[in-house]
Amino acid sequence: MERFEPVIVAFCCHYCAYTAADMAGTMRLDYPANVKIVRVPCSGKVDPIHMMKALELGADGVLVAGCLEGDCHFKTGNVRAARRVAYVQQQLEEIGIEPERLAMVTMSAGMGTRFASIANEFTEQIRKLGPNPVAAVRKGQAAAEPVAQVN
Amino acid sequence: MITAERKPLAEIIDYIDNCRRILLVGCNECVTVCAAGGRKEVAMLASAMQMDFMKRGKTVDIREMTLERQCEPEYVEELAPFIDQVDAVVSMACGCGVQEVVRRFRDKRVYPAVNTQFMGAAERPGVWAERCHGCGNCLLGLTGGICPIARCSKRLMNGPCGGSSKGKCEVSPEIDCVWQLIWDRLKELGIEDRYEEIILAKDWRTERGGGPRKIVREDLAQ
Repeated sequence: MERFEPVIVAFCCHYCAYTAADMAGTMRLDYPANVKIVRVPCSGKVDPIHMMKALELGADGVLVAGCLEGDCHFKTGNVRAARRVAYVQQQLEEIGIEPERLAMVTMSAGMGTRFASIANEFTEQIRKLGPNPVAAVRKGQAAAEPVAQVN
Repeated sequence: MITAERKPLAEIIDYIDNCRRILLVGCNECVTVCAAGGRKEVAMLASAMQMDFMKRGKTVDIREMTLERQCEPEYVEELAPFIDQVDAVVSMACGCGVQEVVRRFRDKRVYPAVNTQFMGAAERPGVWAERCHGCGNCLLGLTGGICPIARCSKRLMNGPCGGSSKGKCEVSPEIDCVWQLIWDRLKELGIEDRYEEIILAKDWRTERGGGPRKIVREDLAQ
């Protein structure tokens, strides 16, 4: 059977995780190509709707990666992001989608190794969960006839 | 503001499970401020509903709209171009907004997506507390600006009762005894002699005792 290759969207803070991902590359560390990085100015900029939309539009897993606690460039963006992740996890549970598909992680800009190991572990975790049940339907069926746009 | 909380998703889905096209309508006023039914919450609910349907192999088309004020007819009218294209309307406004949509579009099913709670104020970000009961005859001038009707568990006009302990209410240690707050405030203002004045039994006809209420301003009414 073909191995399931999940699509993982990682919202990475410019000041830490994004740089850590860059460092992982510079260090020639392997991490799965499944992880698609979206650079954000701060993990606190990631709104719950971004996490929801990523999953609704077919991502199998979503990572929000911010700075270590106390190190946020904007003071508390990472703390707020962690609360928002917990809120969206509750929403996912209500829908019946595994909350483990969404995770908050923290690292510093110098932790290239940590970024690579998180990318590996999270990809493996999502691989175990299997495809996002929503994505399967999106591929298979056309949406209902849309409500027409006026103006 | 009027506060509200979103209903459980299962209840909302239960209302609209057989619908294919839905108009999901938020409101830019109170429910936006209390993060229950503004543009963001509309987007979140639309996404959650969409995922719930898709997970069960169904598809649904959801049009998201957020009106300036869902409790006023001129804004509700903005729904008119879309209303015939949808099977149902789901409203994230307070009960007033839901009923205004019902009044305008009589042949359309309209469902609430939030539980309207109380008239309250934001104590701090993310925390709202009841402040006004809308009794129709404001007593704040007698009680140092702190309302015993909205904030006393027993709505006592002359408190505190025996359940007040260390400034807290016997109903819950989370609830301040409002008569303690009133006394402290009167003392701060140096008008504690006001406390001796007995507030007479209240005429509840100005609240709900006189049936549903209406305000008519003859100079403005058309």
